[in-house]
Amino acid sequence: MSKELIRLVGCTMAFDDEIVLNDINLYINDKEFLTLLGPSGCGKTTTLRIIGGFLQPTSGDVLFDGERINDVPPYKRRVNTVFQRYALFPHLDVYENVAFGLRIAKLPEAEIDQRVTEMLEIVSLKGFENRKVSQLSGGQQQRVAIARALVNRPKVLLLDEPLGALDLRLRKDMQQELKRIQQALGITFIYVTHDQEEALAMSDTVVVMDRGRIQQIGRPEDIYNEPKNAFVADFIGESNILDGVMLEDYAVKFFGRRFKCVDSGFEKNEPVDVVIRPEDVDIVSPEDGQLCGTVTSVTFKGVHYDTIVDFHGFKWLIQTTEFHPAGSYIGIHLGPDDIHIMHRSEYSGLFGDYSSYSAEYDEINDPDLYPEDISEEVSEPSENEEEAAKDED
Amino acid sequence: MKTKRLADPYLVWMAIFTIVPLGIVVYFAFTDSATGAFTFKNIVNIGNYIPIFVKSIWLALVSSIICMVIGYPVAYYIAGRSHKAQRFLYMLIMLPMCISFLLRTMAWVALLDDTGIINGFVTAMGLKALPLIRTNGAVVLGMVYNYLPYMIMPLYTVIMKIDPRLVEAAQDLGCSNTQVFRRVVFPLSVPGIISGFTMVFVPAVSTFYISQKLGSSGTTLIGDVIESQFKTAYNPNLGAALSLVLMVLVFICIGIMNRFSDDEEVATV
Repeated sequence: MSKELIRLVGCTMAFDDEIVLNDINLYINDKEFLTLLGPSGCGKTTTLRIIGGFLQPTSGDVLFDGERINDVPPYKRRVNTVFQRYALFPHLDVYENVAFGLRIAKLPEAEIDQRVTEMLEIVSLKGFENRKVSQLSGGQQQRVAIARALVNRPKVLLLDEPLGALDLRLRKDMQQELKRIQQALGITFIYVTHDQEEALAMSDTVVVMDRGRIQQIGRPEDIYNEPKNAFVADFIGESNILDGVMLEDYAVKFFGRRFKCVDSGFEKNEPVDVVIRPEDVDIVSPEDGQLCGTVTSVTFKGVHYDTIVDFHGFKWLIQTTEFHPAGSYIGIHLGPDDIHIMHRSEYSGLFGDYSSYSAEYDEINDPDLYPEDISEEVSEPSENEEEAAKDED
Repeated sequence: MKTKRLADPYLVWMAIFTIVPLGIVVYFAFTDSATGAFTFKNIVNIGNYIPIFVKSIWLALVSSIICMVIGYPVAYYIAGRSHKAQRFLYMLIMLPMCISFLLRTMAWVALLDDTGIINGFVTAMGLKALPLIRTNGAVVLGMVYNYLPYMIMPLYTVIMKIDPRLVEAAQDLGCSNTQVFRRVVFPLSVPGIISGFTMVFVPAVSTFYISQKLGSSGTTLIGDVIESQFKTAYNPNLGAALSLVLMVLVFICIGIMNRFSDDEEVATV
């Protein structure tokens, strides 16, 4: 990851009156694996198409190696695309599909042959040269699409949900494969997906998008551990998101009691969103619990149990390897590291409760149930309790 | 099992109106007109009509090629418009077909006749009347005019169905617009060309009305000969033999054309 290769400056895209991209500012480094992540309709594919040259932004600039390329048509850009559902040429066989770009570039036949053969070897499709693309499986078609793009030795490869049509097993294999190819060839990958797991597993940098805006840019670890707002916290992994008040640096109040945390830099008594990851919660006996609640449902997920716990109307998702049957009364313990504080945003209150897991779905809508009337049963945590081990996931 | 029976009415229809008549044609073709005895005489006599066969096929071929040259850009243009515009333009193409085929051909007679509308202008300007009607050109014009929609329809359908992402993929791989057309759009529209060609060629090769009205004795086509065997010469046996040979020739032509499209089947998916 070295110098900057692509930069989007204030890119806005409107179709008719609908704004699908709103002031996108983003730079992409050479040899970086960058993922645009977001739900459908968030603008990630539009962003990719702007970089590919298939769309021109309504306003804003696209820079490639410092040069403005807004008006450069796709065929003149040193960028190749792996399309959603591949878009392979049905009238050509595997070999000719891969050779397509090289033939357009009018390379000598010997070089075409050498490069196509080499590329088919890289994507493990040796021996498939004369197959028709309709005779290939999804995974094979996908690899032809990658080979067809990479054989042109682009500076940047754009991938639009390339694994979306594959089954889970194959998808996992191809994730590894793509990462390997990217590192081996040292090409910048810009990858579009709505699958957060895929994004976290493959990327150097993740760009989380929603409603045409960038919500957060960062390394996968940072995005997961330090989400900027309720949308990111909810979209990346599972999150319990609570209303809280930042009392002072390193101290937050929610459910009517004070918790130590590791965040600072907020206003005194600023209302905030509190994120607690389900795997960070320790279940303890009710006497030792900072908060106590009743288990309403348990779902076995293989590695862990998804346990829904009702804290006076607000339901949390807790992921634990221990089995606590529905109806049992438990306590929980949270260390300062387990609590992440975010500024309020337009997304506050929209995400992060798990009431839909239970039959008493409407309960959460009753604002009277929390937090004031539950403060009596919790007490100040002691220092050593905070050292308790976290993460049984 | 239930859906199987849905085709039954059609099978009955086919049996009564296609298979049986075909059997009758074959029977007539191999029997003597006077005695009704089995004979190859009719088939042998066809030898006399070879030049007419050649001429029919030649004019139909020329018409089909002209239809393709005119029809392809039209179909390509329509397929590239908005849905609303597509529907309107498609309707325009179909509109002439709502008027009787005979009437449309008669209209061309009125236009091209020695004393017709066009020559009326020409002579009014003090020039000599042009030999427009009773030429090969007039016959081809009539065929192209009447059968052009049959070329445009399948072409439009095939071109419209070409995945726009294939065009983008080609651009992405370095194709300029002309290269996109030559390397992707045109190869993928070959099935449309084949079926359009077939749909123009088959009726054109067996037509009789167009050549009678717009042609002369020199442009008598095989369709005219067949018609005359039934209506004026009263030799239905020879007519049947001619029909049979024409049918075989048409099948051969279709077979040859479809050989080109064998590999392109996927394009219509």
